[in-house]
Amino acid sequence: MIVSILIYGLVNSVILILTALGFSLTLGLSRVANFAHGGIYVSSGLVAWLLLRRVGLPYPLALLLTVLISGLLGALIYRLILIRVRGIELSEVIATFAVGVAILEFFRWLGFVTYEFNLPSFIPGRVDIAGVLIDYQRLFIIGVGLVLALLLWFFSHHTKIGLALRGIAQDEYTALTLGIESDWAATLSVALGSSLTAVAAVTILPLGIISINTGYDVLLIALAVAVVGGLESTVGLVVAGIVLGYAMVITSNFVGPQWMMVVYLVAIVLVLAIRPSGILGQFKELEERV
Amino acid sequence: MAATYRKERLDRGIKARSDDIFALASYRDLAYLLLPRLLLIGGLLLVPLLEGVLGLYWLNVILIACTIALLALSWDLLASVGLISLGHSLFFGVGSYIAGALNYSLGWSPLLTLPVAMVAGALICTLLIYPILRLRGIYFALITLALPLLFMRVIEATKILGGTEGLSSLSPLPGQPLVLYIVLAAVLVCFFGYRRLIDSDYGLVLRAINDNDRSVMASGINIYHYKAQAVFIAALPATFAGAFLTHHYRIVGMPAFSLEYSILPLTSVIVGGQGSFAGALLGALLLVPVSESLRAFGTLRVVLYSVMLVIFTVGLPEGIFPYIRRKYHQFERPVPVEEGS
Repeated sequence: MIVSILIYGLVNSVILILTALGFSLTLGLSRVANFAHGGIYVSSGLVAWLLLRRVGLPYPLALLLTVLISGLLGALIYRLILIRVRGIELSEVIATFAVGVAILEFFRWLGFVTYEFNLPSFIPGRVDIAGVLIDYQRLFIIGVGLVLALLLWFFSHHTKIGLALRGIAQDEYTALTLGIESDWAATLSVALGSSLTAVAAVTILPLGIISINTGYDVLLIALAVAVVGGLESTVGLVVAGIVLGYAMVITSNFVGPQWMMVVYLVAIVLVLAIRPSGILGQFKELEERV
Repeated sequence: MAATYRKERLDRGIKARSDDIFALASYRDLAYLLLPRLLLIGGLLLVPLLEGVLGLYWLNVILIACTIALLALSWDLLASVGLISLGHSLFFGVGSYIAGALNYSLGWSPLLTLPVAMVAGALICTLLIYPILRLRGIYFALITLALPLLFMRVIEATKILGGTEGLSSLSPLPGQPLVLYIVLAAVLVCFFGYRRLIDSDYGLVLRAINDNDRSVMASGINIYHYKAQAVFIAALPATFAGAFLTHHYRIVGMPAFSLEYSILPLTSVIVGGQGSFAGALLGALLLVPVSESLRAFGTLRVVLYSVMLVIFTVGLPEGIFPYIRRKYHQFERPVPVEEGS
């Protein structure tokens, strides 16, 4: 029982971290709250499905193309829509939210609502770890999560582009004087966030079916993790993912699986009431929010 | 060489004298100010009498348009305080469920459930939102988006209040002309009430919180109290709309918390123009009939709202109403452009 909670809690935590990563990265790097996150997540899954089942591409190629297409979609959303309302936060929110809803409901209208829409696991089968059966896909999720987190940390702290992007997030005008073009940086950050979301989608979605409503859940998860962890803080994201992931698995085991989503609300309310800047947020962020 | 002309805009005299105190010199001035308002009131009150022309179906559409207008007005008031809600169906759903539960389990008549659901629902919503009032901008929007979704989950999980089935066979409201008059009266009271409220000193504080909350705090005003009061006032018409539609449809279920009741008022306000309430009203009265005629397209309607939302936020952020108002308050005349200057 305890081992099972430990292992599945870890898997769940990594799932949460992965789902929130794209959203949180874009927010942290360019201050764009991409509310189309859920739409991109689900559309990535469906694009992968289309490439795989309708076009008939080999699985790895389909996944790669999906990630690229989603990145392109993110860049397009920025260049066509967001660039015109940049800086007006609420217009950004409303516009991206509308884009997300439009994507999701469009797919619903096209009829992507049945059980046939699922992605195959990377490698089928399961393995026995300390008496707990776990399928390879869940192990893959943990692996992808770890690799991505490390890569991202390296990218944002030790590469020129990453540092430029963080510079924009800290102080746009100063960054401009140093020759960092904020529009391209923001385009890049939205595209990168969308690609990451696509990676998360194709890694996580083989666990179940691709349902349109997942899109709204994913946005909720991203928001819960971002609020609990404190924004812009990668470590906060990981900590929040782990806390929420284990809280969910424990709730599901001892209270009932239908209560899992309620954990988010409780977590958000508690964090906001006790420490509005999140677990690892800094004072600057507190000022931004309160 | 043909003379080129440019458009010159001039404020109408009565408007130019003062922005809010009007010196009325003649019946023409009086009519200038009263006409739009009387047109609105008269037009709305005439609608139920047109049953022969419009038919019951379109009367029903207008009724739904009015409930959406109530939601849109409520959204507009919240936005005037700087609280942007992406989950307005929270208010709608809470109102619906209170009215439904009171009627279903206690058998109260709609005469009693409507006011109780309105006030109690608004109180509950205010208590729910109170902890997140410290947030502003996108963080507030994020959480409000989450709240109705989570309510759906809780109802689904606990199976309280009828669970996924909902509560059905509730008491009906009276017949068609009367029921439409009730909601029209509600819209008019809410509209003119809000306009008066936002122009009062109290409303000045609310708008100041939107403009610069730090300086309001620095003036020794507790902005959280004001925000909480604003949420309560804004929740009243929305919960009423929920309770009203519950009794009209005689059923309440989880769709009360659905995205449609969040995105329709939002689109109405953005299309009509934020800040004047008239825009919200106009938007709702335009959008709902349009969306009804698109009912055959199913969920594609939501896509259309969203696309419209994007187009208006990006391309025409001020909305339709400010444009109309400018046309009404200003002369336009062609003036020849002087050459060589």
